[in-house]
Amino acid sequence: MKLQKATLCGLYAVLELAAHSDQQISAAEIADKYDISINHLAKVLRSLVRAKLVESVRGAGGGYRFSGNPKRVTLLDVIELFEEVGRDAEDSPPVYLDEGLALHKVLREIDDIAIATLSSISITTLLKIIEKQKRGTKADTKAPVRSSAEGV
Amino acid sequence: MAEQQGRVVGFITGEVRAFEFGSEPCGWVFALNVDPEIRVHNVGTRLFETLCETFGRAGVEKVRTMLNRDNHLVLSFFRSLGMMAGPFIQLEKDLD
Repeated sequence: MKLQKATLCGLYAVLELAAHSDQQISAAEIADKYDISINHLAKVLRSLVRAKLVESVRGAGGGYRFSGNPKRVTLLDVIELFEEVGRDAEDSPPVYLDEGLALHKVLREIDDIAIATLSSISITTLLKIIEKQKRGTKADTKAPVRSSAEGV
Repeated sequence: MAEQQGRVVGFITGEVRAFEFGSEPCGWVFALNVDPEIRVHNVGTRLFETLCETFGRAGVEKVRTMLNRDNHLVLSFFRSLGMMAGPFIQLEKDLD
């Protein structure tokens, strides 16, 4: 499943802020870590603020903070701010034809699974998946490196 | 079963199934329910973890479950415990 750039931006921003909920994080820090254009990110952050998922912190230092409930906010909640998921393909293929209805039925299977998956993964759950990923990455980097002298 | 002050407040059922659909033996969670009044107090999590420990002692290395994809609450719960989609797809057909 391919997500649009703005959607990915939004997800990364939410994950970064939710992972550090006790801190204020600047747009520049997020842009830098995820290699995103700061202008692009600023637009995305405005959408997240409008949706009350994120709040901007005024004053010295400034920055942003995650203001949603990470156990309740789901991936679908964030993604739907930027693109449609499981779009009911009403115009294409045309549903007044049996061929269109049959194809629509099949494509609907994918839409239903996509929505079930994205709506069942909360930000807290995804942060746990990220932690597991980090532990896996650490274990890989600790694995002994074979010496090129072996077998000589 | 989970009890609080002598009252049953939750239960979980499951079993080890071997070689179903060509799979290696693994533990299956069939049902889980917790009194709505005490949800979010980790009872469900502890029931699940206890069942998984039992599965582990029985020698299996994986736990599976299946549920209706409209059941967002329970789907979210299992995912919060680290479960992810497995390799199987459930298919069905009405008999004429």
